[in-house]
Order: sequence, then C-alpha cells, then structure tokens
Amino acid sequence: MDALFLARLQFAFTIGFHFLFPPISIGLAWLLVIMEGLGWRKGDEGYVRMGKFFGKLLALTFAVGVATGIVMEFQFGTNWAVYSKFVGDIFGAPLAAEGIFAFFLESGFLGLYLFGRNKVSKGVHWFSILMVAVGATISAFWIIVANSWQQTPAGYVLRNGRAELTSFYDAVFNPSTVIRFLHTVDAALIAGAFFVAGIAAYLILKEKEVELAKRAMKIAVIFGLITSLLELMPFGHEHARQVARTQPEKFAAIEGMYTTQSGAPLIFFAIPFTKPLELKAKIELSGLLSWMTFGDVNAQIKGINEFPPENIPPLWLTFVSFHNMVVLGLYFIGVTLYAYIQLRRKKLFETTWLLKLFIWSIPLPLAACQLGWIAAEVGRQPWIVYGLLRTSEAHSPNVTAEEILFSIILFGLVYLLLGILYIYILVREVNHGPQSAKA
Amino acid sequence: MDLNSIWFWLIAVLIIGYAILDGFDFGVGVLSLFGRDEKERRIHFNAIGPVWDGNEVWLITGGGALFAAFPIVYATVFSGFYLALMLLLTALIFRAISFEFRNKVESPLWRRAWDFAFGFGSLLPAVLFGIAVGNILRGVPIDANGNFLGTFLGLLNPYSIGVGLLSLVLFTMHGSIYLATKSDGELRDRCQQWASHLWMGYVILYVIITVWTWLASPFLFEKSMNSPFFYIFMMVLLGTIVYLPVLLKAGKFNRAFFVSSLAIAMMLGQMALSLYPRLVPSSIDLRYSLTIYNASSSPLTLQTMLVIALIGVPIVIAYSIFIHYVFRGKVEITEESY
Repeated sequence: MDALFLARLQFAFTIGFHFLFPPISIGLAWLLVIMEGLGWRKGDEGYVRMGKFFGKLLALTFAVGVATGIVMEFQFGTNWAVYSKFVGDIFGAPLAAEGIFAFFLESGFLGLYLFGRNKVSKGVHWFSILMVAVGATISAFWIIVANSWQQTPAGYVLRNGRAELTSFYDAVFNPSTVIRFLHTVDAALIAGAFFVAGIAAYLILKEKEVELAKRAMKIAVIFGLITSLLELMPFGHEHARQVARTQPEKFAAIEGMYTTQSGAPLIFFAIPFTKPLELKAKIELSGLLSWMTFGDVNAQIKGINEFPPENIPPLWLTFVSFHNMVVLGLYFIGVTLYAYIQLRRKKLFETTWLLKLFIWSIPLPLAACQLGWIAAEVGRQPWIVYGLLRTSEAHSPNVTAEEILFSIILFGLVYLLLGILYIYILVREVNHGPQSAKA
Repeated sequence: MDLNSIWFWLIAVLIIGYAILDGFDFGVGVLSLFGRDEKERRIHFNAIGPVWDGNEVWLITGGGALFAAFPIVYATVFSGFYLALMLLLTALIFRAISFEFRNKVESPLWRRAWDFAFGFGSLLPAVLFGIAVGNILRGVPIDANGNFLGTFLGLLNPYSIGVGLLSLVLFTMHGSIYLATKSDGELRDRCQQWASHLWMGYVILYVIITVWTWLASPFLFEKSMNSPFFYIFMMVLLGTIVYLPVLLKAGKFNRAFFVSSLAIAMMLGQMALSLYPRLVPSSIDLRYSLTIYNASSSPLTLQTMLVIALIGVPIVIAYSIFIHYVFRGKVEITEESY
C-alpha cells in the first residue's frame, strides 16, 4: 500500500466519522432554540425540562464533534503538505475565520448554556443557545467556503507555483458556496429533526414522560417536514443545476450520463457496471434531466465520453451514493408528511409502527449526509482542487506509508471506541429520560 | 512594521493566549491524577468544565491563522512532526471526551478510567508542546528546498525533552494556582503547597534551559539582544519569578494567577523575539530557515486576514470576558456539574 492511498484512506475515514456529529449538533441546536424559546416565552416548566434533556445530548454530541474536528484542522498540514502549500494563500483564511467567528461563539456560549441556567437571566440563557446555533451554522459556512473553493475555485491567480488570492469576495462566494451551504445546513436540520423525533417516539413507546415527548415530537415532525421539502426544492435541485454548469464531469457521473444526449432522461434506478461502462435495469423518464437542468426537454447533456479519461471521476461510487441520497431525501419527505397528516388527525401517537419507524430512522439523515458528501468529493476526483491540482500530487512527500498506517490504526481504534461509547451513553441517557435530566 | 511582522506577532499572541488558557487546563488535568477522592476529582473537572472548550479554540484558531498567514510553515512543520502530532491529537481527543463521558455512569471503575484519560490527556500535550517549542528553538533539519529531513526520534533530543519538562512544570504550577482560586479548605492548601514546590522546580529548570539554549542556539540571541523588548520581557519575567512565591504565601491566588499568566506571556514573548524574523530555523544551514517572508501568504491574504482579525477578535474578547465573569468564584457542585 502506498502513502498516497493511505493518506486518502485516513482523510476519508477521519472526516467521514467527524461528519456524523456536526449535523446533529447544528440541527439539535436550532431545535433547542425553539424549545428553550417556548419555555422562556410561555414560562412552561415542561419545555425547560425538554431543553435540559436534549441539551445534555447536544453537549455529548458536540464534545465528540470537537474531539474529532481538531484532527481535521491539522490533517491538511500533516498529510497534504503539497496541497497546503498550493492553496494556503486562500484555503487557510476560511479556517481561521471559522475559529474567530464561529468556534469561540459556539464553545463559549455552550458552556454558558449548559452551566449558566441559574447564573444568568432567562433571556440571556436563551440568547446563549441561540449563539450556539448561530456559531455552529457560521462554522458550517466557513468550512463549506473552503470545500466549495476546492470544487469551483475562483478569485485567484496562479503565481509563484501556487494559487494566490486576487479577490477574497470571489473566493468566498465562488459559484458553489451559497447553494452548497444551504443544501448542507438544511441536511443538518433534517438530521436534528429526526434525532429529536426518533428519541421522542422512543419515549412515547416506553411510556416515559409521554406528554413532554409528544410535544417534542410535534415540533420535530413539523420542523422535519419543512426542512425535508426545502431540501428537495429548491436546495437539492439548485445544487444539482450548479454542478451541471460548473463541474460537468461530476454531473455526468452522478446522473449516469455515459454518453452525450439531447433530451437526456432522468434515471430513477439502475445498476451500474463499469466494464464495459453500462447501466443495467434502468428506470428512466426521457427528457426529464434535460428539462430539470436547462429548462428544455431537448437540451443536450454532456456524457462521460466527452471528457479525457484522465479527468473522469470514479463512476460506480458517485452514481450509487448520489442516487441513494436522493432516495433517502424522498423518504424523509414521505415519512414526515405522513406523520404530519396523522398529527392533524390526532392519530400520530397511536400509530405504533410509525413511531417505531422514527426510532429506526434516526441514523438515516446521517447516512444521507455521508452519501451526499461521497458524491460531492469522489465526484471531484481526480482533482483535489478542481482543474488545478491533482489529488495524486498533493500529499506530504516526507510522511511514509508506515507512519500513516500507524496513525490510521491509532485513529481507527480511538474512533471505534468513541463510536461505541457515544452510542452507549446516548442510549443510557435517553433511557434515563428527561425526568432525571441534568444539564 | 510590515504585514508579515504583524502576523508574526498576532500568531505569537494566539500561541501565548493558548498557553495561558489551556495551560491551566493542562495543569488542573495533571493535578487530577493526584486527587484524593471522588469529590476532589469532581472539583478538578468542574474547575475547568465550562471554559476548557473555549480555551482549546485558541489552538484551533492558531492552527487556522498559521495555515492562512504562513502556509509553508503549517505544511512543513505539521508533516515533519507527523507522529508527534498524531499522539498530541489522540491525547486531546481523550481529554475532550472525558468531561462528557465520565459523569454519565456511576461505576467507580468507569470513573477512574476517565480520570486517567483526563490526566494523561492533559499531561501528554503539556510535554509535547514543550518538545515542539524546544525543537523550533534548536532548529530543525530543513534543506534548501524547504523540505523537512528529520525523524520522529530526532525530535526527542535531550534539549527538547528538557523544554518539555519545563513546560510540564510551568503548566502544572499555573494549573495549581488556578485550582487554588477555584477551591476551598484542604484542597486549596495543597494547591498552595504544590504551586510553591513547582515554582522552585520551574526556576531551576528555567535557568538550566536558558543556559542550554545559549549554548545550543546562540543565533537566537544575536539580534534579539539589541532590542529593548528583550530586556523589558526579561525584567518583567524576573519580577514575576520573585513576586509569585510572596503572593502564594499570602494566599492571594487571583493575583498569583495573573502573575503566572504574565510569566508565561513573557517567556514565550522572549522566545518569539529571539526567533523573529525566522519562524523555523534550519539546523542544516540558517539560510534555509523558514522566515516570515519566504513562508508567508501573499500581501492581499495577510491584509484580508488582518481585517478579519480586527473585526472578530474584539467581539471574542468581549463575550469571553462576560462568560468568565459569569463563572467567577469557587466551584460549586450542583446538579448541572460534571
């Protein structure tokens, strides 16, 4: 195994694991803003206990997110030294801005939120969870800025063997930043909604604090329905249209367009084979992809055959991850919509199978996040910075395969332990229920 | 002062801020290994519980700022110190999660396990940061093309281990003073004793390391001794060293904490001054050193970052002071505690 492969493996695995936690933190923080806000405005003790209960789960999730996030901050330098030198003039600024504008806010006010309930006024206490949510969202913004610049670089010039900044505004608001940010943060909100809904459903089925759990469930279902609908339309749709315009190879890969077509079909289902390149068992609607992308059923969509072989991303993984993400997105709409209808008919809390489904759905938005991320990042390959620097040329030349293997095993064991402990403590806390909730 | 120099000093300030703030966290963590019973150990955890996370952000921001302002240093040093950094990150991971995991299960075995995670997760970084600083002061093998040629074992040289010990002792002293401000009765008395003993150790080590640095890296003193700041830092540092035991004896811990923070700032300030304008001296040939000019970002990036810092930092300072003010005073173990 060579150092390049191992460096990629380590990056994929450490960031994939890290990316399980921030979506819950962001989504849960915003739901807590709602819960605590209701508790404050209505002076209702029930919402306060709800806040304490979910606040504790936020603290747990946040801690694992911080612990695994700090690895990311260093890993560009440790494993991708050539990349860091090439992009440092542009890529470092968003990371520093994230620290200054987001992390200080998040971590400072999280401490105040968790430990200051009896030390500050109710209004200031609510403000503290609001700042946690705002900080977490700003943090997502700057990370998305950095990632988007890798996807659609702008505001730079190639000089002195590196990309140098010419316009900070253009680099920050490059063609994919805004839509990627909306798409990703909304995904986090969905993850938060399903996290709360699933736990509330569990409490209802266990007959623990049922009244409180029902109220939490109601908030989560409505929140989940709105965010799931927005994710399809406009965020998901607009994001795909942006990819079609700025990264046509990636678009062809995720949509399964292997040959250039006019009136290109939208492929709903297929099993991709790579040798020879072919989609089997296709279910498609012709003209739909062209129409969705360019507003014209006859518009031409470039296929993989148009691009030089050395610039084509892996086709199987991008197609499969993208399509499964879309399937999950539709599932989120379906299940929250049905739950909302049942809620209106006052039958939701008696529909046992639906409550059970919500419990099992807790990890699904996280799966969708992972799949979307795989589609986005694998779809960018073979480039580490699209069109400018290849992944194969970007790793640290002086870090040996043995060293990386050591750190992969080290982080593998630590993260395995972390994952097991996180789930163990989470289940334990949920079983204790809001009754004994300490902050 | 040009932009590159401004960024050199801004990053120095970030590192100093980090050392002062997470320094006492590390110290309290190391001391928790000597906590006598469950009640005492909970005081250790809760003394830094609400603030450690915000303190660690100084490191994250420092890393980001280094990447943005001096990407060549970020890339060269981080990839060069690969295994050491991986150990550091692992230690920081265990420290971070020990707060949330420890109090969730009643079992004594579980709690002891997290006490060790917290204690060693604090001790290891306290030493490793010192070792890293030691290697920078000593110079690291960087060739004409800016590539790092060293090895992991090469980082563990006697001089750098000495600096690692110095930082361990300094942070533990700093932490015991902080803990004294946060505790009562017998624990506070012991903190007072520890701080006094550690102060002694710190003075001895500081003298040894200073002489050793003079012998190992004379280039550090060539230019810096012409600067008035060198002597100002030196005088203030000597002042803190003399004043600290007086304050400790009188039981004036809040002031002692301020003075030990000042000592850290002066010591690191002096190091920064002696490195300037180099960031990483090369031990192969000083001409190959990474400096604030050959390792920096473009002027536009430095300028943009400066604007970001000027907007962001005052806001951060304002609410950080507010939050620390809310949590002033002794630790009370309540239902919200760790």
